Amino acid sequence: MNVPVIRIPLGQWVDAIVDWVTSALQGLFDVLSLIFGGLFNAIDWLFATPPFWVVVVVVVLLGLYARGWVFGIGTAIGLLLIYGVNQWDNAMHTIALTIAAALVAVIISIPVGIWMARSPGASTAIRPVLDFFQTMPAFVYLIPAIILFGIGVVPGIVATILFALAPGVRLTELGIRGVDKEVVEAGHAFGATSGRILRQIQLPLARPAIMAGVNQVIMLSLSMVVIAAMVGGPGLGKPIVSSLQTINVGLGFEAGLSVVIVAIVLDRLTATLGTGRTHRLLPRRADGGRVAVRPAPGATSVPAAETSEAHSPGR
Amino acid sequence: MPVDVRPADLPPTGVDRDPIALEVEHLYKFFGRRHKEAVRRMKDGATRQELQSLGTAAVIDASFQVRPGEIFVVMGLSGSGKSTLIRMLNGLLEPTDGDIRVFGEPISGIPAKQLREVRQQRMSMVFQHFALLPHRSVLDNAAYGLEVKGVGARERRERAAAVLQRVGLAGWEDSLPGELSGGMRQRVGLARALAADTDILLMDEAFSALDPLIRREMQEQLLELQSELGKTIVFITHDLNEAMFLGDRIAVMRDGVIVQQGAPEDILTDPANDYVAQFVQDVDRARVLTASAVMEPVRATTTLQAGPRAALRVMRDYQTSAAFVVDASRRLLGVVRDQDVLRQVRGGRPLEDVLSADVAKVGPDALISDLFVPAVENALPLAVVDDAGRLLGVVPRVTLLAALGNVPHDTAELAIVEPPATVPIDIVTDALAEEAGR
Repeated sequence: MNVPVIRIPLGQWVDAIVDWVTSALQGLFDVLSLIFGGLFNAIDWLFATPPFWVVVVVVVLLGLYARGWVFGIGTAIGLLLIYGVNQWDNAMHTIALTIAAALVAVIISIPVGIWMARSPGASTAIRPVLDFFQTMPAFVYLIPAIILFGIGVVPGIVATILFALAPGVRLTELGIRGVDKEVVEAGHAFGATSGRILRQIQLPLARPAIMAGVNQVIMLSLSMVVIAAMVGGPGLGKPIVSSLQTINVGLGFEAGLSVVIVAIVLDRLTATLGTGRTHRLLPRRADGGRVAVRPAPGATSVPAAETSEAHSPGR
Repeated sequence: MPVDVRPADLPPTGVDRDPIALEVEHLYKFFGRRHKEAVRRMKDGATRQELQSLGTAAVIDASFQVRPGEIFVVMGLSGSGKSTLIRMLNGLLEPTDGDIRVFGEPISGIPAKQLREVRQQRMSMVFQHFALLPHRSVLDNAAYGLEVKGVGARERRERAAAVLQRVGLAGWEDSLPGELSGGMRQRVGLARALAADTDILLMDEAFSALDPLIRREMQEQLLELQSELGKTIVFITHDLNEAMFLGDRIAVMRDGVIVQQGAPEDILTDPANDYVAQFVQDVDRARVLTASAVMEPVRATTTLQAGPRAALRVMRDYQTSAAFVVDASRRLLGVVRDQDVLRQVRGGRPLEDVLSADVAKVGPDALISDLFVPAVENALPLAVVDDAGRLLGVVPRVTLLAALGNVPHDTAELAIVEPPATVPIDIVTDALAEEAGR
């Protein structure tokens, strides 16, 4: 038996590429590092500086506005539980990291999604890249990220961005493609530019899908926090990683439960705020030229597109 | 009826002094690869089926002209290419071959900016499923065309509100489209197109998604608006009744080809082929055909000067009991009955004494549906007279029925003379002979 041994040196090639990129584009990565680091610090400062009860009150009020009493009370209990198990600071770091990564991912993914919706060529070319980003095990991103950005919060953010990008792009593309063709045609028929059609017709009508994408980006970002902790990122991942190393079930459970609470609060908040279907504790005034949607009792069952308020720039 | 304001049947070719709003010449649209080759083969006579392997020929060699103020209806079943055709008119689809000119200016192959200007200034569109912006109020929807044009917020809202009032939506300005019924939504669509204040209105199956009753209401409202505004309208529909009701001229499409175009009555009475004939079978003729389309030539006419004997002879020749009396310029004066005339002949008295004005007159543009009541109330055929009072023809009851049943009514063998004679022919002949002998 003389089986020829074939070994494609793909890994060596990637090594070579990363080495080259590291040396050649060091300046670029320094700048990126500065930006991501600064973004994280700014958001982290926002959440970690005020006393815990201020954050709790703000988030609970937001929950009340978005979904009503039950969710508000649930949020309060959940956040107090996080404080009670002494994971508050970690939770705030986690939220900051999630928001920083999700923000960058959304800023990248929405324009890319729009581009893909408009150009079939771009769509065909980018789709496999998205598949790659989404299915490549998230740990793998960390390796070059450490080389490029060093240990700390930035490689975690970068890996999170890459991992979380795909659903934002996909749902933006899907949303814009799903806008009623006739309405877009109407825009053209009245002589609107494609920019105006995008702004006034496609984006508003695709908003539910795009916001579902944003929600997914946030949730995927959150799911990366534990992994980000392995390269030195701050947050709830840290106690989880350390409890794994010390077989500390109790600490692991406390931190894990905190992640779950943060995830549920973030998910429900962004899902609701995204569709604009907020629960109103007080009847909205018809001020500022806004259209007074007349919600029938149980209006939440009305399709989102019909009850979403008029955010037209003309108003 | 708004029929009066619609232009009469127009000459088939353009006259220079009469500007053409929209002109389409040898227009082709082919969906598929190698469309240039496909068009070349179609021009050489290849049929739609032969080109099926290459793609779909949606529009094949379409040519027509639409004059200002005219409602031009393109009628065809789904898949006949009518929607493709209308989308080429404002450049939503690029024609594969052929020319489209709007007030003399070409539409195809012009820069995008210029095309947008044409769409803003020259033509607006009403869509089958309304295509309103669901997140905007009715007022802002109606003002959309003006907004795109760059009209200021205050002015465009005022103008849009005025148009909304005109279409009967006053008080709904702040509602969202989702809160309106289908008919009301399409009124918003219509208001949006009207507010844009373009010369040409493209209506793509605009009323097809509505309930029959609402549809009829919208059709009537469109004609009413049209009588005021005099827009040039290209209307697409698959409903022949709608086409006949709205259209000044109609083009019938089948498999991408315009198989016939002409006035509604021409298409109804003289279908170009079996396809069109089959199509028009189900049309509500009473609402399409006019008195002038079904009227018979007047046979029994006489003049006062000719006297009672001439009148009696005419009636005997046609075996009828009545004759229309006209003057030298064929203006209808009235009618005389055989028994009265016979008495006058025997008594040697003039015809004037028995002349009766008791005859129902109708205009040539009166719809058949409006003729039934007068036809029931009068024993005599209806007299079709023009504006000057000249007798153009008559509509006997038999003709009315024949017109509804699509029976050929204009053949010579079926000469219809009503009412039948009431005095036996021998008596009339004797009276005439007796008089002649005197």
